[in-house]
Amino acid sequence: MNDHIGDLIQKRFTEKIKEVKTHSSHRVYLTVEKEDLLAVADYLFREKGARFVIASAVDELNQFEILYHFSFDKEDVMVSLRVRLTRDNPEAPSLSGLIKGAAWIEREMHELFGINFVGHPGLKRLLLPEDWPEKVYPLRKEFFMTEKKEG
Amino acid sequence: MDNKKKKVVVPIGPYHPLLEEPEYFALFCDGEVVVDVEWQAGYNHRGIEKLCETKSWDQITFLVERVCGICSTSHPFAYVNAVEDLAKVEIPERARYIRSIVGELERIHSHLLWVGLAGHFLGYNTVFMWAWKYREPVLDIFELITGNRQSYAMMKIGGVRRDVLDEDIPVVERVLDELKPKLEMLTQAVLDDPVLSARLKGVGVLTAQDIKDYGAVGPTARASGVAIDVRRDSPCAAYGLVNWQVITCQEGDVFAKAVVRLLECFESVKIIQQCLEKLKKNRGPIAVEVREIPPGEGIGHYEAPRGEVFHYVRSDGTNRPVRHKIRAPSFVNIPTFRASCLGQTISDVAIILAGVDPCYCCTERMLTVYDAQSGRKMMTGTDLVRLSQEKTEKIKQKMGKNG
Amino acid sequence: MDLKTKALTRSLWVFHLSTGSCNNCDIEILDCLTPRYDVERFGIVLVGSIKHADVLLVSGIGTRKNADRIKRLYEQMPKPGFVVAIGACACSGGIFRDGYAMAGPISEIIPVDVWIPGCPPKPEAIIAGIVTLLGRLK
Repeated sequence: MNDHIGDLIQKRFTEKIKEVKTHSSHRVYLTVEKEDLLAVADYLFREKGARFVIASAVDELNQFEILYHFSFDKEDVMVSLRVRLTRDNPEAPSLSGLIKGAAWIEREMHELFGINFVGHPGLKRLLLPEDWPEKVYPLRKEFFMTEKKEG
Repeated sequence: MDNKKKKVVVPIGPYHPLLEEPEYFALFCDGEVVVDVEWQAGYNHRGIEKLCETKSWDQITFLVERVCGICSTSHPFAYVNAVEDLAKVEIPERARYIRSIVGELERIHSHLLWVGLAGHFLGYNTVFMWAWKYREPVLDIFELITGNRQSYAMMKIGGVRRDVLDEDIPVVERVLDELKPKLEMLTQAVLDDPVLSARLKGVGVLTAQDIKDYGAVGPTARASGVAIDVRRDSPCAAYGLVNWQVITCQEGDVFAKAVVRLLECFESVKIIQQCLEKLKKNRGPIAVEVREIPPGEGIGHYEAPRGEVFHYVRSDGTNRPVRHKIRAPSFVNIPTFRASCLGQTISDVAIILAGVDPCYCCTERMLTVYDAQSGRKMMTGTDLVRLSQEKTEKIKQKMGKNG
Repeated sequence: MDLKTKALTRSLWVFHLSTGSCNNCDIEILDCLTPRYDVERFGIVLVGSIKHADVLLVSGIGTRKNADRIKRLYEQMPKPGFVVAIGACACSGGIFRDGYAMAGPISEIIPVDVWIPGCPPKPEAIIAGIVTLLGRLK
């Protein structure tokens, strides 16, 4: 198996991979549609034995982006699946059924970004205080740390 | 969920500093046996990821240093790796050695800290005092070469902030030479003790499949036979330039985790000694100048004492990141409690929770046992630790040993 | 000095509370108990419940989720009791001052008697702070 893992994924999911960005031989970013996310993640996690590292959401003002980072430890390659979500209805399929370790980070993204994960067993609050107002998402760009006491 | 109501609920937490990101655990118990675990996090949530967006690239190293005080060089390490990955910066060789030295010293102090606290939870306060006594010289080295006992501020984008002086190297070597026999003594004392074996073997077992499902990392994974170590798999700093081994165990219980941690200390000593040798020969700059961070994204990870630390940064070309994602090892290690605690007795829970080293740093903790039906308080404060200590005492007596 | 104060100064029992700290101060507090510093020789003992304590050691800035619990703990402390804020975060907010989940610094939540700054303060500094407190009591 001399093929680079990035090429392998592309071969397998030809038209499902919308965009490939190879930052270096150790870092590959692949863009997929959110409908195809589960299939690609399943291939990486179950078939290729990648380790799920974490997911990170980014607020891009006009849309949200979630990056699912998978690590191939033996090959020293980090594959990041990029999924773009619309801003008015941020919704993505939940990976928690496939990967138990994804449950927490989806809860975190849900409360800090307000992204809904379809099929998550319990999207409860993880980090924020109980008296935190609903529908206020601190990691969105429109949230500024303004209401700070004087002195 | 109905049958939960009949069980006794044991809340652990919430605000005690047991964990890096303190949480609230509710143990649902049937008699002595734990049948379910629920958790709630966020008591220590400081919003660092948002704060990072308000700081410049150079300031963030100081901020992420304070994500966790025990791994206070691992987070900056992973962060500078991420920025260097983004900007494609190669750091000078001397900086590589210095980074590895600081990283490994931290591993020794962190593992000794864990051994001590684990000893305390088991009622072996001698182990606690010993381990922390041997940890002090390591902190002295830190003070010597970085100027501070914790929060070393050594990492910098493009290299390190301070050089290790030539006259300090023999001092560090001497301390390490003195430390090694003490470590050996401590390791033997822990591994040969029949009571500790009886308490820790077969307790809180995590299988390789559990590790994969939860994505657990670090000594927690390596104790279950999953040989992942960022230092070897993705060699940064000087880890590709020196000889050392990844320690693994197959059993997956708390004992295996202790073995992995103790043996790793020796590997760390080995790495530091080799790096010091190289430092003597290698003159040269300790940092390259990084003027601008180009737009793009970067990923950096590093093996903290507790497992992989992961940092993701995105730049738009300004002097601040657009997004900075931090994942501490405890974030993926803590959910494994669900696999390791179920079916265990409540007196073992304290040590199982401690087993993954969830960055706890306290001996006094808010543990209270409530009767779920009446809400009446049944036990107070440190009773969970006391239960654990009493069990050790019973085993000791059974084995015909006193005190 | 009445009997109560005299007894108090001879053996301070402390309860340690971390409220959104980074563990640095917490391990330095624990360090005070270990052989090199050994504060037990001054009669200082860490206890597991606030109801047994004379001093509440607070580290960390005090997160919003914790603020209520800090107040409740303070109320449960037997009086006379003292509050010691340890570390830059507890004293002033430190590097996390601008965070969105912050309620602190500690002095805005409960009254503080002694401030021990530093990030983290060295064990010597913590001991010096406690000794200062003892000196004031006498």
